[in-house]
Amino acid sequence: MSEMDNLYREVILDHYKNPRGHGVIEGADAEAEGQNPLCGDEVSIFVSFDGDKIEDVKFRGRGCAISQAATSMLMEMVKGRTAQEVAALDREELLEEVGIPLTPIRLKCALLGLGVLKLALHKGKGTALPDEWAGLAEDLELK
Amino acid sequence: MAVTAEQKLDARKLRADFPIFEQEIHGKPLAYLDSAASSQKPRYVLDAMTEFYETSYANIHRGVYDLGERATEAYEGAREKARAFINAESTREVIFTRNVTAALNLVAYAWGLDNLGPGDVVVVTEMEHHSNFVPWQYIAGRTGAQFAAIPVDHEGELQLDQLDSLATRGRLKVVACTYVSNSLGTVNPVEKLTAWAHGQGAIMVVDAAQAAPHRPLDVQALGCDFLGFTGHKMCGPTGIGVLWGRRELLEQMAPFELGGHMIRKVTLEHTTWNELPAKFEAGTGPIAEAVGLGAAIDYVGEVGLDALERYERELLDYALPRLAEVPGLKLFGPAAERRAGIVSFEVEGVHPHDVAQILDWEGVAVRAGHHCNQPLMSKLGVPATTRASFYLYTLPEEIDRLVDGLHKVRQTFA
Repeated sequence: MSEMDNLYREVILDHYKNPRGHGVIEGADAEAEGQNPLCGDEVSIFVSFDGDKIEDVKFRGRGCAISQAATSMLMEMVKGRTAQEVAALDREELLEEVGIPLTPIRLKCALLGLGVLKLALHKGKGTALPDEWAGLAEDLELK
Repeated sequence: MAVTAEQKLDARKLRADFPIFEQEIHGKPLAYLDSAASSQKPRYVLDAMTEFYETSYANIHRGVYDLGERATEAYEGAREKARAFINAESTREVIFTRNVTAALNLVAYAWGLDNLGPGDVVVVTEMEHHSNFVPWQYIAGRTGAQFAAIPVDHEGELQLDQLDSLATRGRLKVVACTYVSNSLGTVNPVEKLTAWAHGQGAIMVVDAAQAAPHRPLDVQALGCDFLGFTGHKMCGPTGIGVLWGRRELLEQMAPFELGGHMIRKVTLEHTTWNELPAKFEAGTGPIAEAVGLGAAIDYVGEVGLDALERYERELLDYALPRLAEVPGLKLFGPAAERRAGIVSFEVEGVHPHDVAQILDWEGVAVRAGHHCNQPLMSKLGVPATTRASFYLYTLPEEIDRLVDGLHKVRQTFA
Protein backbone atom coordinates (compact mmCIF):
# COMPACT_ATOMS: atom_id res chain seq x y z
CA MET A 1 0.00 0.00 0.00
CA SER A 2 1.41 3.41 -0.91
CA GLU A 3 1.66 6.25 1.59
CA MET A 4 -1.19 7.96 -0.13
CA ASP A 5 -3.54 5.00 0.07
CA ASN A 6 -2.54 4.81 3.70
CA LEU A 7 -3.30 8.44 4.55
CA TYR A 8 -6.54 8.56 2.66
CA ARG A 9 -7.62 5.09 3.70
CA GLU A 10 -11.25 4.19 3.23
CA VAL A 11 -12.33 4.88 6.80
CA ILE A 12 -10.96 8.46 6.70
CA LEU A 13 -12.69 9.20 3.42
CA ASP A 14 -15.89 7.63 4.74
CA HIS A 15 -15.91 9.83 7.84
CA TYR A 16 -15.06 12.85 5.70
CA LYS A 17 -17.88 12.24 3.24
CA ASN A 18 -20.42 11.00 5.80
CA PRO A 19 -19.49 12.73 9.03
CA ARG A 20 -21.04 11.25 12.21
CA GLY A 21 -22.63 13.63 14.66
CA HIS A 22 -22.66 16.40 12.12
CA GLY A 23 -24.93 19.32 12.92
CA VAL A 24 -25.90 21.79 15.59
CA ILE A 25 -27.54 21.23 18.99
CA GLU A 26 -30.01 24.06 19.54
CA GLY A 27 -29.72 25.32 23.10
CA ALA A 28 -26.57 23.29 23.73
CA ASP A 29 -25.22 23.32 27.29
CA ALA A 30 -21.77 24.18 26.00
CA GLU A 31 -20.19 25.06 22.71
CA ALA A 32 -16.80 26.11 21.41
CA GLU A 33 -15.14 26.80 18.12
CA GLY A 34 -11.60 26.72 16.86
CA GLN A 35 -9.56 27.33 13.75
CA ASN A 36 -6.30 26.07 12.51
CA PRO A 37 -4.81 29.25 11.02
CA LEU A 38 -2.24 27.28 9.04
CA CYS A 39 -4.75 25.87 6.63
CA GLY A 40 -8.09 27.40 7.55
CA ASP A 41 -9.67 24.32 9.15
CA GLU A 42 -12.67 25.29 11.26
CA VAL A 43 -14.61 23.24 13.80
CA SER A 44 -17.51 24.14 16.12
CA ILE A 45 -18.65 21.63 18.74
CA PHE A 46 -21.95 21.54 20.66
CA VAL A 47 -22.48 19.46 23.81
CA SER A 48 -25.53 18.68 25.92
CA PHE A 49 -25.11 17.05 29.33
CA ASP A 50 -27.12 14.67 31.45
CA GLY A 51 -25.50 15.38 34.80
CA ASP A 52 -21.82 14.98 34.07
CA LYS A 53 -22.45 12.64 31.19
CA ILE A 54 -22.17 13.81 27.58
CA GLU A 55 -25.71 13.12 26.44
CA ASP A 56 -25.25 14.41 22.92
CA VAL A 57 -22.43 15.96 20.95
CA LYS A 58 -22.39 17.39 17.45
CA PHE A 59 -20.00 19.33 15.27
CA ARG A 60 -19.92 21.38 12.19
CA GLY A 61 -16.93 22.67 10.31
CA ARG A 62 -15.01 22.84 7.13
CA GLY A 63 -11.50 21.87 6.41
CA CYS A 64 -9.25 19.10 5.21
CA ALA A 65 -10.25 15.44 5.24
CA ILE A 66 -8.04 14.71 8.25
CA SER A 67 -9.52 17.45 10.46
CA GLN A 68 -13.12 16.67 9.62
CA ALA A 69 -12.77 12.87 9.71
CA ALA A 70 -10.92 12.95 13.03
CA THR A 71 -13.64 15.15 14.56
CA SER A 72 -16.30 12.81 13.22
CA MET A 73 -14.52 9.84 14.84
CA LEU A 74 -14.27 11.79 18.07
CA MET A 75 -18.05 12.29 18.18
CA GLU A 76 -18.51 8.52 18.18
CA MET A 77 -15.83 8.03 20.82
CA VAL A 78 -17.10 10.42 23.48
CA LYS A 79 -20.87 10.17 23.46
CA GLY A 80 -22.11 8.72 26.78
CA ARG A 81 -18.81 9.31 28.60
CA THR A 82 -18.43 11.83 31.41
CA ALA A 83 -17.05 15.30 30.86
CA GLN A 84 -14.22 14.60 33.32
CA GLU A 85 -13.25 11.41 31.55
CA VAL A 86 -13.20 13.10 28.13
CA ALA A 87 -11.37 16.16 29.47
CA ALA A 88 -8.61 13.76 30.52
CA LEU A 89 -8.74 11.79 27.27
CA ASP A 90 -5.27 11.07 25.97
CA ARG A 91 -4.83 12.31 22.43
CA GLU A 92 -3.25 8.96 21.56
CA GLU A 93 -6.66 7.36 21.95
CA LEU A 94 -7.98 9.50 19.11
CA LEU A 95 -4.83 9.15 17.03
CA GLU A 96 -5.06 5.36 17.30
CA GLU A 97 -8.56 5.56 15.94
CA VAL A 98 -7.41 7.82 13.10
CA GLY A 99 -4.75 5.21 12.55
CA ILE A 100 -2.49 6.91 10.01
CA PRO A 101 1.01 8.37 10.26
CA LEU A 102 0.82 12.16 10.52
CA THR A 103 3.40 14.86 9.96
CA PRO A 104 3.49 17.65 12.59
CA ILE A 105 1.36 19.91 10.39
CA ARG A 106 -1.27 17.24 9.76
CA LEU A 107 -1.22 16.34 13.47
CA LYS A 108 -2.66 19.78 14.17
CA CYS A 109 -5.45 19.04 11.71
CA ALA A 110 -6.22 15.73 13.39
CA LEU A 111 -6.26 17.21 16.90
CA LEU A 112 -8.30 20.33 16.16
CA GLY A 113 -11.65 18.72 17.10
CA LEU A 114 -10.32 17.26 20.35
CA GLY A 115 -8.97 20.66 21.40
CA VAL A 116 -12.28 22.33 20.65
CA LEU A 117 -14.22 19.63 22.51
CA LYS A 118 -12.02 20.00 25.59
CA LEU A 119 -12.58 23.73 25.43
CA ALA A 120 -16.36 23.21 25.30
CA LEU A 121 -16.15 20.90 28.32
CA HIS A 122 -14.01 23.48 30.11
CA LYS A 123 -16.66 26.10 29.44
CA GLY A 124 -19.57 23.84 30.40
CA LYS A 125 -18.16 21.90 33.34
CA GLY A 126 -15.06 23.77 34.37
CA THR A 127 -12.81 20.85 33.52
CA ALA A 128 -9.18 21.73 33.08
CA LEU A 129 -7.56 22.38 29.75
CA PRO A 130 -4.56 20.09 30.34
CA ASP A 131 -1.08 21.62 30.17
CA GLU A 132 -0.23 19.73 27.04
CA TRP A 133 -2.95 21.69 25.27
CA ALA A 134 -2.01 25.12 26.56
CA GLY A 135 0.55 25.74 23.85
CA LEU A 136 -1.50 24.13 21.15
CA ALA A 137 -4.63 25.98 22.24
CA GLU A 138 -2.91 29.20 21.28
CA ASP A 139 -1.77 27.77 17.96
CA LEU A 140 -5.27 26.66 17.20
CA GLU A 141 -6.71 30.04 18.18
CA LEU A 142 -9.09 28.33 20.57
CA LYS A 143 -11.54 30.83 21.92
CA MET B 1 17.39 51.04 -37.26
CA ALA B 2 18.98 47.98 -35.76
CA VAL B 3 16.65 45.14 -34.96
CA THR B 4 17.65 43.32 -31.78
CA ALA B 5 16.47 39.77 -31.32
CA GLU B 6 14.32 39.25 -28.25
CA GLN B 7 16.19 37.43 -25.53
CA LYS B 8 14.71 33.96 -25.03
CA LEU B 9 14.63 32.04 -21.81
CA ASP B 10 15.75 28.39 -21.80
CA ALA B 11 14.23 26.94 -18.63
CA ARG B 12 15.75 23.50 -19.19
CA LYS B 13 19.22 24.99 -19.30
CA LEU B 14 18.65 27.30 -16.33
CA ARG B 15 17.34 24.41 -14.28
CA ALA B 16 20.78 22.84 -14.29
CA ASP B 17 21.99 25.86 -12.26
CA PHE B 18 19.77 24.83 -9.32
CA PRO B 19 21.20 22.00 -7.17
CA ILE B 20 17.82 21.35 -5.53
CA PHE B 21 16.54 19.72 -8.70
CA GLU B 22 19.18 16.99 -8.48
CA GLN B 23 17.03 15.08 -5.99
CA GLU B 24 13.84 13.09 -6.28
CA ILE B 25 10.76 13.55 -4.09
CA HIS B 26 8.82 10.35 -3.37
CA GLY B 27 10.78 8.75 -6.20
CA LYS B 28 9.83 11.42 -8.72
CA PRO B 29 11.59 14.48 -10.08
CA LEU B 30 10.79 17.61 -8.09
CA ALA B 31 8.20 19.84 -9.73
CA TYR B 32 8.57 22.92 -7.57
CA LEU B 33 5.46 25.03 -8.17
CA ASP B 34 5.73 27.18 -5.05
CA SER B 35 8.13 29.91 -6.11
CA ALA B 36 5.68 32.64 -5.08
CA ALA B 37 6.31 31.51 -1.49
CA SER B 38 10.06 31.35 -2.03
CA SER B 39 12.21 30.61 -5.04
CA GLN B 40 14.97 28.04 -5.25
CA LYS B 41 18.60 29.19 -5.36
CA PRO B 42 21.07 28.88 -8.23
CA ARG B 43 24.60 27.72 -7.53
CA TYR B 44 25.83 31.16 -8.63
CA VAL B 45 24.17 32.80 -5.61
CA LEU B 46 25.22 30.05 -3.18
CA ASP B 47 28.82 30.27 -4.42
CA ALA B 48 28.88 34.05 -4.14
CA MET B 49 27.86 33.85 -0.49
CA THR B 50 30.26 31.03 0.33
CA GLU B 51 33.12 32.81 -1.39
CA PHE B 52 32.34 36.00 0.47
CA TYR B 53 32.35 34.18 3.81
CA GLU B 54 35.56 32.35 2.92
CA THR B 55 37.54 35.29 1.59
CA SER B 56 36.09 38.69 2.48
CA TYR B 57 33.97 38.45 5.60
CA ALA B 58 34.15 40.95 8.45
CA ASN B 59 31.75 43.40 10.00
CA ILE B 60 31.12 46.47 7.88
CA HIS B 61 31.40 50.25 8.28
CA ARG B 62 33.81 49.93 11.21
CA GLY B 63 37.07 48.13 10.60
CA VAL B 64 39.97 50.17 9.29
CA TYR B 65 41.62 46.89 8.37
CA ASP B 66 41.63 45.49 4.85
CA LEU B 67 39.04 42.76 5.38
CA GLY B 68 36.55 45.21 6.88
CA GLU B 69 36.96 47.48 3.90
CA ARG B 70 36.43 44.65 1.44
CA ALA B 71 33.31 43.50 3.26
CA THR B 72 31.96 47.06 3.28
CA GLU B 73 32.67 47.35 -0.42
CA ALA B 74 30.78 44.11 -1.11
CA TYR B 75 27.81 45.26 0.99
CA GLU B 76 27.64 48.69 -0.60
CA GLY B 77 28.20 47.12 -4.02
CA ALA B 78 25.06 45.07 -3.44
CA ARG B 79 23.20 48.25 -2.53
CA GLU B 80 24.23 49.78 -5.85
CA LYS B 81 22.97 46.67 -7.67
CA ALA B 82 19.65 46.96 -5.84
CA ARG B 83 19.45 50.64 -6.77
CA ALA B 84 20.02 49.90 -10.44
CA PHE B 85 17.57 46.99 -10.31
CA ILE B 86 14.69 49.32 -9.46
CA ASN B 87 16.16 52.41 -11.18
CA ALA B 88 16.24 54.47 -7.99
CA GLU B 89 17.92 57.88 -8.17
CA SER B 90 20.37 57.25 -5.35
CA THR B 91 21.66 54.47 -3.09
CA ARG B 92 20.70 56.75 -0.18
CA GLU B 93 17.12 55.77 -0.94
CA VAL B 94 17.88 52.04 -0.77
CA ILE B 95 17.48 50.61 2.73
CA PHE B 96 18.31 47.00 3.48
CA THR B 97 15.68 45.29 5.60
CA ARG B 98 14.94 41.72 6.65
CA ASN B 99 12.19 41.25 4.05
CA VAL B 100 9.18 43.11 2.62
CA THR B 101 7.26 42.73 5.88
CA ALA B 102 10.01 44.61 7.69
CA ALA B 103 10.11 47.24 4.93
CA LEU B 104 6.36 47.87 5.15
CA ASN B 105 6.38 47.93 8.95
CA LEU B 106 9.14 50.51 8.77
CA VAL B 107 6.95 52.79 6.63
CA ALA B 108 3.79 52.17 8.64
CA TYR B 109 5.52 52.96 11.95
CA ALA B 110 8.09 55.58 11.03
CA TRP B 111 5.89 57.51 8.59
CA GLY B 112 2.46 56.54 9.85
CA LEU B 113 2.79 57.27 13.57
CA ASP B 114 3.87 60.87 12.90
CA ASN B 115 1.65 61.63 9.93
CA LEU B 116 -1.69 59.98 10.64
CA GLY B 117 -4.48 61.07 12.94
CA PRO B 118 -8.25 61.36 13.29
CA GLY B 119 -9.93 62.43 10.06
CA ASP B 120 -7.23 60.77 7.93
CA VAL B 121 -7.85 57.72 5.79
CA VAL B 122 -5.51 54.84 4.99
CA VAL B 123 -6.54 52.78 1.97
CA VAL B 124 -5.27 49.30 1.22
CA THR B 125 -6.84 46.67 -1.05
CA GLU B 126 -8.79 43.51 -0.33
CA MET B 127 -6.05 41.49 -2.03
CA GLU B 128 -3.17 42.76 0.11
CA HIS B 129 -0.88 40.24 1.70
CA HIS B 130 -1.22 40.55 5.48
CA SER B 131 2.18 42.28 5.46
CA ASN B 132 0.72 45.33 3.67
CA PHE B 133 -2.62 45.09 5.45
CA VAL B 134 -2.09 44.39 9.14
CA PRO B 135 0.58 47.08 9.79
CA TRP B 136 -1.69 49.74 8.26
CA GLN B 137 -4.77 48.50 10.07
CA TYR B 138 -2.80 48.56 13.31
CA ILE B 139 -1.18 51.98 12.84
CA ALA B 140 -4.51 53.47 11.69
CA GLY B 141 -6.01 52.13 14.91
CA ARG B 142 -3.17 53.54 17.01
CA THR B 143 -3.47 57.01 15.45
CA GLY B 144 -7.25 57.22 15.14
CA ALA B 145 -7.16 57.25 11.33
CA GLN B 146 -9.77 55.39 9.30
CA PHE B 147 -8.81 52.19 7.53
CA ALA B 148 -10.50 51.11 4.29
CA ALA B 149 -9.89 48.65 1.48
CA ILE B 150 -10.44 48.93 -2.27
CA PRO B 151 -12.75 45.98 -3.04
CA VAL B 152 -11.88 43.17 -5.45
CA ASP B 153 -14.34 42.00 -8.13
CA HIS B 154 -15.19 38.43 -9.15
CA GLU B 155 -12.32 38.34 -11.63
CA GLY B 156 -9.88 39.16 -8.83
CA GLU B 157 -9.25 42.71 -9.99
CA LEU B 158 -9.49 45.96 -8.08
CA GLN B 159 -12.77 47.84 -8.40
CA LEU B 160 -11.35 51.20 -9.32
CA ASP B 161 -14.85 52.69 -9.66
CA GLN B 162 -14.96 52.60 -5.85
CA LEU B 163 -12.04 54.99 -5.46
CA ASP B 164 -14.08 58.18 -5.43
CA SER B 165 -16.37 56.98 -2.68
CA LEU B 166 -13.34 56.00 -0.58
CA ALA B 167 -11.97 59.52 -1.03
CA THR B 168 -15.09 61.07 0.51
CA ARG B 169 -14.41 59.42 3.87
CA GLY B 170 -11.81 61.93 4.98
CA ARG B 171 -8.31 63.16 4.15
CA LEU B 172 -6.66 60.43 2.15
CA LYS B 173 -3.11 59.99 3.46
CA VAL B 174 -1.88 56.56 2.38
CA VAL B 175 -2.63 54.22 -0.48
CA ALA B 176 -0.91 50.85 0.01
CA CYS B 177 -1.20 48.34 -2.79
CA THR B 178 0.52 45.23 -4.01
CA TYR B 179 1.91 45.34 -7.55
CA VAL B 180 1.17 41.65 -8.15
CA SER B 181 -1.28 39.66 -6.01
CA ASN B 182 0.43 36.73 -4.29
CA SER B 183 -2.64 34.52 -4.41
CA LEU B 184 -4.32 35.49 -7.68
CA GLY B 185 -1.41 36.75 -9.76
CA THR B 186 -3.37 39.90 -10.65
CA VAL B 187 -1.13 42.67 -11.96
CA ASN B 188 -2.52 45.90 -10.51
CA PRO B 189 -2.53 49.28 -12.28
CA VAL B 190 0.01 50.80 -9.92
CA GLU B 191 0.69 53.90 -12.06
CA LYS B 192 -3.01 54.71 -12.16
CA LEU B 193 -3.38 54.25 -8.40
CA THR B 194 -0.30 56.37 -7.78
CA ALA B 195 -1.76 59.20 -9.85
CA TRP B 196 -4.99 58.94 -7.87
CA ALA B 197 -3.17 58.83 -4.53
CA HIS B 198 -1.07 61.88 -5.39
CA GLY B 199 -4.13 63.73 -6.70
CA GLN B 200 -5.66 63.24 -3.25
CA GLY B 201 -2.50 64.30 -1.46
CA ALA B 202 -1.68 60.78 -0.27
CA ILE B 203 1.54 58.80 -0.40
CA MET B 204 1.71 55.62 -2.49
CA VAL B 205 3.24 52.49 -0.97
CA VAL B 206 3.89 49.53 -3.27
CA ASP B 207 4.47 45.94 -2.19
CA ALA B 208 6.64 44.55 -4.99
CA ALA B 209 7.38 41.18 -3.35
CA GLN B 210 5.74 39.27 -6.22
CA ALA B 211 6.63 41.78 -8.94
CA ALA B 212 10.40 42.08 -8.48
CA PRO B 213 11.16 38.43 -9.37
CA HIS B 214 9.10 38.51 -12.55
CA ARG B 215 9.08 41.87 -14.31
CA PRO B 216 11.28 44.93 -14.73
CA LEU B 217 10.80 47.56 -12.00
CA ASP B 218 11.37 51.29 -12.30
CA VAL B 219 10.41 53.31 -9.24
CA GLN B 220 10.83 56.60 -11.10
CA ALA B 221 8.44 55.51 -13.86
CA LEU B 222 5.95 54.10 -11.34
CA GLY B 223 6.05 57.41 -9.49
CA CYS B 224 5.33 55.82 -6.10
CA ASP B 225 6.76 56.99 -2.76
CA PHE B 226 7.78 53.71 -1.13
CA LEU B 227 8.38 50.24 -2.57
CA GLY B 228 9.50 47.02 -0.95
CA PHE B 229 10.94 43.84 -2.42
CA THR B 230 12.70 40.78 -1.05
CA GLY B 231 15.63 38.61 -2.07
CA HIS B 232 14.36 35.13 -1.36
CA LYS B 233 11.60 35.19 -3.97
CA MET B 234 14.07 36.10 -6.74
CA CYS B 235 16.82 33.49 -6.38
CA GLY B 236 18.44 35.26 -3.44
CA PRO B 237 18.80 34.25 0.20
CA THR B 238 16.28 34.79 3.00
CA GLY B 239 16.84 37.57 5.52
CA ILE B 240 17.42 40.39 3.02
CA GLY B 241 14.90 42.76 1.54
CA VAL B 242 14.87 46.33 0.33
CA LEU B 243 12.80 49.35 1.19
CA TRP B 244 13.09 52.05 -1.39
CA GLY B 245 11.73 55.43 -0.35
CA ARG B 246 11.66 58.91 -1.79
CA ARG B 247 14.60 60.74 -0.27
CA GLU B 248 12.72 63.79 1.05
CA LEU B 249 10.23 61.53 2.84
CA LEU B 250 12.95 59.35 4.35
CA GLU B 251 14.77 62.45 5.54
CA GLN B 252 11.68 63.84 7.25
CA MET B 253 10.87 60.56 8.94
CA ALA B 254 11.86 59.61 12.46
CA PRO B 255 13.97 56.45 12.71
CA PHE B 256 12.31 53.09 13.30
CA GLU B 257 14.83 50.80 14.98
CA LEU B 258 17.37 52.40 17.26
CA GLY B 259 20.86 51.33 18.19
CA GLY B 260 24.27 50.97 16.61
CA HIS B 261 25.21 52.39 13.21
CA MET B 262 22.07 54.52 12.88
CA ILE B 263 23.43 57.26 15.13
CA ARG B 264 25.66 60.28 14.51
CA LYS B 265 26.38 61.34 18.07
CA VAL B 266 25.21 59.93 21.38
CA THR B 267 25.42 61.78 24.68
CA LEU B 268 23.70 61.24 27.99
CA GLU B 269 21.24 63.99 27.08
CA HIS B 270 20.64 63.53 23.38
CA THR B 271 21.25 61.40 20.28
CA THR B 272 21.34 62.52 16.67
CA TRP B 273 20.79 60.29 13.65
CA ASN B 274 23.10 59.11 10.94
CA GLU B 275 22.48 60.08 7.32
CA LEU B 276 20.52 57.94 4.87
CA PRO B 277 20.39 55.00 4.48
CA ALA B 278 22.20 54.27 7.78
CA LYS B 279 19.48 56.08 9.75
CA PHE B 280 17.18 53.11 9.05
CA GLU B 281 19.76 50.33 9.39
CA ALA B 282 20.35 49.83 13.11
CA GLY B 283 22.69 47.06 14.15
CA THR B 284 24.83 44.71 12.10
CA GLY B 285 23.08 44.20 8.77
CA PRO B 286 22.55 41.05 6.72
CA ILE B 287 26.00 41.26 5.16
CA ALA B 288 26.42 37.97 3.33
CA GLU B 289 22.72 38.03 2.49
CA ALA B 290 23.23 41.39 0.75
CA VAL B 291 26.06 39.83 -1.25
CA GLY B 292 23.67 36.99 -2.13
CA LEU B 293 20.99 39.47 -3.17
CA GLY B 294 23.51 41.24 -5.39
CA ALA B 295 24.38 37.91 -7.03
CA ALA B 296 20.68 37.12 -7.48
CA ILE B 297 20.14 40.49 -9.18
CA ASP B 298 23.03 39.67 -11.52
CA TYR B 299 21.62 36.21 -12.22
CA VAL B 300 18.07 37.35 -12.90
CA GLY B 301 19.43 40.25 -14.94
CA GLU B 302 21.45 37.85 -17.06
CA VAL B 303 18.32 35.79 -17.73
CA GLY B 304 16.52 39.04 -18.55
CA LEU B 305 13.38 40.23 -16.80
CA ASP B 306 11.63 40.89 -20.10
CA ALA B 307 12.40 37.35 -21.23
CA LEU B 308 11.25 36.03 -17.86
CA GLU B 309 7.95 37.90 -18.06
CA ARG B 310 7.34 36.56 -21.61
CA TYR B 311 8.21 33.01 -20.58
CA GLU B 312 5.85 33.05 -17.61
CA ARG B 313 3.12 34.31 -19.90
CA GLU B 314 3.74 31.29 -22.17
CA LEU B 315 3.47 28.97 -19.16
CA LEU B 316 0.23 30.67 -18.12
CA ASP B 317 -1.24 30.41 -21.61
CA TYR B 318 -0.52 26.69 -21.41
CA ALA B 319 -1.56 26.14 -17.79
CA LEU B 320 -4.90 27.97 -17.63
CA PRO B 321 -6.72 25.93 -20.34
CA ARG B 322 -5.09 22.67 -19.17
CA LEU B 323 -6.28 23.26 -15.61
CA ALA B 324 -9.73 24.21 -16.83
CA GLU B 325 -9.97 20.67 -18.33
CA VAL B 326 -10.01 19.14 -14.82
CA PRO B 327 -13.66 18.47 -13.88
CA GLY B 328 -14.80 20.35 -10.77
CA LEU B 329 -11.83 22.70 -10.81
CA LYS B 330 -12.53 26.38 -10.32
CA LEU B 331 -9.85 28.90 -11.26
CA PHE B 332 -9.56 32.23 -9.46
CA GLY B 333 -8.05 35.41 -10.84
CA PRO B 334 -7.98 37.33 -14.11
CA ALA B 335 -7.13 36.37 -17.69
CA ALA B 336 -3.52 35.52 -18.58
CA GLU B 337 -2.77 38.96 -20.00
CA ARG B 338 -3.48 40.62 -16.68
CA ARG B 339 -1.67 38.23 -14.37
CA ALA B 340 1.76 36.97 -13.41
CA GLY B 341 2.72 33.28 -13.21
CA ILE B 342 0.50 32.49 -10.23
CA VAL B 343 -2.62 30.30 -10.41
CA SER B 344 -5.01 29.73 -7.51
CA PHE B 345 -7.80 27.21 -7.74
CA GLU B 346 -10.29 25.08 -5.87
CA VAL B 347 -11.13 21.43 -6.47
CA GLU B 348 -14.79 20.87 -5.70
CA GLY B 349 -15.33 18.91 -2.48
CA VAL B 350 -11.63 18.61 -1.64
CA HIS B 351 -9.81 20.82 0.83
CA PRO B 352 -6.61 22.45 -0.55
CA HIS B 353 -4.55 20.70 2.13
CA ASP B 354 -5.65 17.33 0.80
CA VAL B 355 -5.03 18.47 -2.77
CA ALA B 356 -1.48 19.54 -1.88
CA GLN B 357 -0.82 16.33 0.05
CA ILE B 358 -1.78 14.10 -2.85
CA LEU B 359 0.20 16.26 -5.29
CA ASP B 360 3.23 15.96 -3.00
CA TRP B 361 3.25 12.21 -3.50
CA GLU B 362 3.51 12.91 -7.22
CA GLY B 363 6.56 15.08 -6.54
CA VAL B 364 4.56 18.25 -7.24
CA ALA B 365 5.03 20.97 -4.59
CA VAL B 366 2.19 23.49 -4.41
CA ARG B 367 0.97 25.78 -1.66
CA ALA B 368 -2.31 25.20 0.13
CA GLY B 369 -3.75 27.75 2.50
CA HIS B 370 -5.00 31.30 2.78
CA HIS B 371 -1.68 32.69 1.47
CA CYS B 372 -1.73 35.42 4.14
CA ASN B 373 -4.80 36.81 2.37
CA GLN B 374 -7.63 36.06 4.79
CA PRO B 375 -9.81 39.06 3.75
CA LEU B 376 -9.46 38.00 0.11
CA MET B 377 -10.32 34.38 0.91
CA SER B 378 -13.52 35.44 2.64
CA LYS B 379 -14.34 37.62 -0.40
CA LEU B 380 -13.84 34.60 -2.68
CA GLY B 381 -15.97 32.55 -0.27
CA VAL B 382 -13.33 29.89 0.38
CA PRO B 383 -11.30 29.09 3.51
CA ALA B 384 -8.21 28.49 1.42
CA THR B 385 -7.05 27.77 -2.11
CA THR B 386 -4.43 25.62 -3.79
CA ARG B 387 -1.82 27.74 -5.54
CA ALA B 388 0.69 26.82 -8.22
CA SER B 389 3.32 29.42 -9.09
CA PHE B 390 5.95 29.43 -11.80
CA TYR B 391 9.45 30.72 -12.22
CA LEU B 392 12.36 30.69 -14.62
CA TYR B 393 13.03 26.97 -14.03
CA THR B 394 9.43 25.79 -14.49
CA LEU B 395 8.89 23.35 -17.37
CA PRO B 396 5.65 22.81 -19.31
CA GLU B 397 5.73 19.10 -18.41
CA GLU B 398 5.54 20.07 -14.75
CA ILE B 399 2.20 21.65 -15.53
CA ASP B 400 1.19 18.34 -17.14
CA ARG B 401 2.21 16.55 -13.94
CA LEU B 402 0.16 19.02 -11.92
CA VAL B 403 -2.89 18.32 -14.09
CA ASP B 404 -2.35 14.53 -13.88
CA GLY B 405 -2.02 14.85 -10.10
CA LEU B 406 -5.29 16.77 -9.93
CA HIS B 407 -7.04 13.93 -11.76
CA LYS B 408 -5.67 11.62 -9.04
CA VAL B 409 -7.07 13.95 -6.39
CA ARG B 410 -10.47 13.63 -8.03
CA GLN B 411 -10.23 9.83 -8.13
CA THR B 412 -9.21 9.60 -4.48
CA PHE B 413 -12.14 11.73 -3.35
CA ALA B 414 -14.66 10.44 -5.90
